Amino acid sequence: MADGIRVTKLNAWFGPSHVLRDIDLAMAPRAVTAIIGPSGCGKSTFVRCLNRMHEVVPGARAVGTVLQEGQDIYGPGVDPVEVRRRIGMVFQKPNPFPTMTVYDNVAAGLRLGGVRDRAVLNERVERALHAAALWDEVKDRLGKPGAGLSGGQQQRLCIARALAVEPEVLLMDEPCSALDPIATARIEELILELKRDLTIVIVTHNMQQAARVADATGFFLLGELVEVGPTSHLFTTPEDKRTEDYITGRFG
Amino acid sequence: MTRLTTTRWRQRVSTVMGTLTAASAGAVVLPLVLIFGFLLWQGASAINVDFLTHLPKPVGEIGGGMANAIIGTLILLGLASLLGLPLGILGGVYLAESRDRRLPWAVRFLADVLNGVPSIVIGIFAYTLVVLPMRRFSAVAGGVALAVIMLPIVVRTTEEMVRLVPASLREAGLALGVPEWKVVLRVVLPTARAGIVTGAMVAVARIAGETAPLLFTAFGNRFWHQGLDQPIAALPLQIFAYAIAPYDDWHRQAWAGALVLIMLVLAVSLMARLVTRGRVGAVR
Repeated sequence: MADGIRVTKLNAWFGPSHVLRDIDLAMAPRAVTAIIGPSGCGKSTFVRCLNRMHEVVPGARAVGTVLQEGQDIYGPGVDPVEVRRRIGMVFQKPNPFPTMTVYDNVAAGLRLGGVRDRAVLNERVERALHAAALWDEVKDRLGKPGAGLSGGQQQRLCIARALAVEPEVLLMDEPCSALDPIATARIEELILELKRDLTIVIVTHNMQQAARVADATGFFLLGELVEVGPTSHLFTTPEDKRTEDYITGRFG
Repeated sequence: MTRLTTTRWRQRVSTVMGTLTAASAGAVVLPLVLIFGFLLWQGASAINVDFLTHLPKPVGEIGGGMANAIIGTLILLGLASLLGLPLGILGGVYLAESRDRRLPWAVRFLADVLNGVPSIVIGIFAYTLVVLPMRRFSAVAGGVALAVIMLPIVVRTTEEMVRLVPASLREAGLALGVPEWKVVLRVVLPTARAGIVTGAMVAVARIAGETAPLLFTAFGNRFWHQGLDQPIAALPLQIFAYAIAPYDDWHRQAWAGALVLIMLVLAVSLMARLVTRGRVGAVR
């Protein structure tokens, strides 16, 4: 657990359109890296390339090197299913499984991965819910539908679901964009808690959010990585004119 | 025209159109209400314990029942479901999940064509496929004919229901490091379950009343169930035979049989309604 993620010459396409161009970016371990940029700049595509979820969309493909723990996840013979187990993901809209209870949602990844032992499940579910700061709110309603929670709780449930399989990296694709400010604040607190054990990459539209939670921030524009650096540095003294224009609100 | 009269005109048009659509909606259910009322009026008096538990009496004798036909119809529905539902549901999942374009397109088109094939033609098909080689009318032949009729309905509704499952759930499953087949089996299908079950029930209700394809497959029988390789009684066949016979008692029984049949369809439809009230179930 030393290298975090190192991306070299990553290119991605949707059918004929080239949406990511030669991305080189290193994300530090046990730190939060934020990806900012205007809509359509490729930031979501970028994080989806980090756990091989990009290729799930018909017609989408990606080429490049993504080293995690020294292993290239795009290397020959690498099973994307294995990659996704190590590199978890939280999506823009909370998407708990509607047919499952709170408990079953969190246990889903383990159960579908073959864990049967009731005691192990109980322990991991509880730990994941604690880690997602949701335990106190749901401990009396584990048997209730996961879809019955509030939006913010659902998103933390999805985080717990991702944490239950004990990933090394957590990718978050605009995890707060469907939430109100209070729920957003809770998730941000949670992110700061989680980075003690996890490498976190978060896509956000909200520059204040990046400033609050991220150690490093990368700015994407039109499928290219314009600039990356320590968050405080990027927001106060950006090196590229385009970064400055974006963070000062001149476009985007 | 002043603005005021325009408003009044608009409100009048709205009232007229509202009434018109409400009346149309009423007209849609009117036939069912009339049919049901007429069947109750004609058939209720002939339904009694004997009718539900006894075999038909020999020609000329009063009384007896259609118990064999009721059981026969249930057996035929069971056979058809056994053949048609697994094939139809698996096929529907393929249509919804396949990344290939051409084969699913062709299957979808052919399923729609099959849906439009007259049921008597499907009867002839089952006759050629099952009755001729077996040299015998049989319950199996009837089941095959009914299964072919329900296939396109089940395939298409299953496909639609699986497609309705949001892509975000599929992605949530995949992002947990779960293989795609398991995501389909344990996340997508359970989510679509209520809809798939409804489709299956609708298909069963649809074939319950089919008569034409049974004429030369199940054939009918005036005795209890004799085995799946033997001709078997079915309500629609019995109703048909009794309705065209010259005896008043048989006519009454035909009405009663029709009433039982429509109750059966109603029960299946009601069950479909009940299961669509989504419940939360654990995934195991």
